[in-house]
Amino acid sequence: MGAFGGHDGRERRWRGLDRLESRNRAPRSLLVALVLASITLITLDVSGGASSPLEPVRGAVGEAFGPAEAVAAGAVRPFTSVPAWFRSKGDLADEVRELEASNAELRGQVELAGFDRNRLSQYDGLTSAATDLGHALVPSRVVAVGSRQSQSFTITIDAGSSAGVGPDMTVVNNDGLVGRVLRVTSTTATVLLIIDPDSTVGGRVGSSMEIGFVNGSGTLDEDAGLDLRLVDDASVPSRDDTVVTWGSTSGPYSPGVPIGTITEVYSSLREASQRAVVKPFVDFSSLDVVGVMVPSGSASDRALVEADGSLR
Amino acid sequence: MSQLRWVAALAAAVVALVVQVSLFPHLAWNGVVPNLCLLVVVAAALTVEAPFALLLGFAAGVMLDLAPPADHVAGRWALALTVVAFLTARLRQDVRPTALAVVATVAAASFVGTSLFALTGILLSDPAMSVSGLLEVVLVAVVWDVLLTPFVLPPLMKLFARLSPQWAGE
Repeated sequence: MGAFGGHDGRERRWRGLDRLESRNRAPRSLLVALVLASITLITLDVSGGASSPLEPVRGAVGEAFGPAEAVAAGAVRPFTSVPAWFRSKGDLADEVRELEASNAELRGQVELAGFDRNRLSQYDGLTSAATDLGHALVPSRVVAVGSRQSQSFTITIDAGSSAGVGPDMTVVNNDGLVGRVLRVTSTTATVLLIIDPDSTVGGRVGSSMEIGFVNGSGTLDEDAGLDLRLVDDASVPSRDDTVVTWGSTSGPYSPGVPIGTITEVYSSLREASQRAVVKPFVDFSSLDVVGVMVPSGSASDRALVEADGSLR
Repeated sequence: MSQLRWVAALAAAVVALVVQVSLFPHLAWNGVVPNLCLLVVVAAALTVEAPFALLLGFAAGVMLDLAPPADHVAGRWALALTVVAFLTARLRQDVRPTALAVVATVAAASFVGTSLFALTGILLSDPAMSVSGLLEVVLVAVVWDVLLTPFVLPPLMKLFARLSPQWAGE
C-alpha cells in the first residue's frame, strides 16, 4: 500500500516536474530587464539629486496615496486610543501626584530665577514687538510613518499645499522641533524627522549661545536621539543644557525652537572637537498632532493657530 | 482572467502598503513594521507563474519607493522585491507547499529582501547606518513577517490560485 502510495507520488511528481519546467521556465531575461529597470531608477534618482526626474512621479503617487493613508489613519485612530480607557483611578491619582510635584519644583525654579526672568521677559517683549514673530501654525495629524526597514525616518501628515504648507517649512509639536517638510502634495506633506541620519539642524546651546550642528543618529532610542557638534572646538557644552535652533527666518528651520537637552558630552581626541548627545524633547515613537510653521496670514483650508494662541 | 488577476494583485499591494504605513506604526517594535508588500509578492510567487510574480514584485517595489513617507533613493525596493520574487519562484516545488515550507520561504524572502535593500543603502551610502543596527532591523523584520504569515499568506494564495485556474492544479 505504502509502495503504491510512493509510486503514485512519484508519478505525480514527474508530471509536476514537467510542468515546472514549462511553468517556471527561467524568466531570466525578465529578471535582467527588471533589475536593470530598478538600477536605472536608482541612477536617475541619485544623479538627479533635488531636481530628480522622479520628483513629479513621487508627487503624482503621493496625490493618489495621500488620501488613502489619511482615511486609513482616521479609521485606526479610535482603536489606538483604547488603551487609554483602561487606566485605573490609582494610575490617574499617581499621575496627578507626580505632576503636582514637578509643578511645585518648576514653580520654585521660576521664583528663584525671578530677577533674570523679569529682565528676559522685558527683552522678549521688546524683540517680539519689534519684529513680530510672524509665524502661524497649521495643525495636522500624522497619517503614515516610514518603516525602519526603509532606513529613513519620515512621516506623512494630513496637511498639504492647500493648507498653505510648502517645502522646507519647520514642523513642531507641543514639546519641540519635529523636522522639516520635504515635499508636499495637495492634501499631504512628507516630513523628514530630525532623528534621520541625513538630517542636520543648526543648533544653539542655550546657556553659552554657542552654535553647532545637530545630526540625527538614526535611532528611536530616546536617550541617544541626536548628536551635537559645536563649531567652536574650545567650548565645552554642559550637561542638562537646552539646545534650540538658530536657523534663519527664510531657511528650513525657524530660530528659537527647542530641540532637546544635552545628556552626555564626549571629547573626541582625533578630531579635537566636542561631541554631545542630545536627548530630543519630542517623543518620536508616539507622534500624533504636529504643527507646521507658516508665515502669519497665509491662506489655508483650515484654522491657523497664530503666535499669540488665537485661532483664525 | 489575467486582467482581473492583475487588478486583484495590484489592489492587494496597495492595501498592503497603506496598512503598512498607517496602521502598523502603532504596533511597531522600535519602528520596524511587517513588510506586507513583501508578503503579497511572496504569495504570488508561490502560487502563480514566475513572470507575473516578477512584474508584481517590481510594481510593488516601485510603489514602496514612491508612496509618501518614503524618502530613500527610488528603485531600491523595486530591485529587492524583484529579486525576492525571482528567488521564491525558483525555490517553489511543484507540490502545494506545506505550512512549514511557506513559513520558511517567507523567513528567507524577508531576510533576503530587507538585506538587499540595506546593502543597496550601504553601496549608495543613502543614509549612513551602522551594520549592527541594520542587522537588528533585518532580524526583527523577519520575525514580524513570520508572525503575520498565517494571517496574510493563506487568503492571498487562495485568491491568486482561484484567479489563475490553469496553474492551480493540485
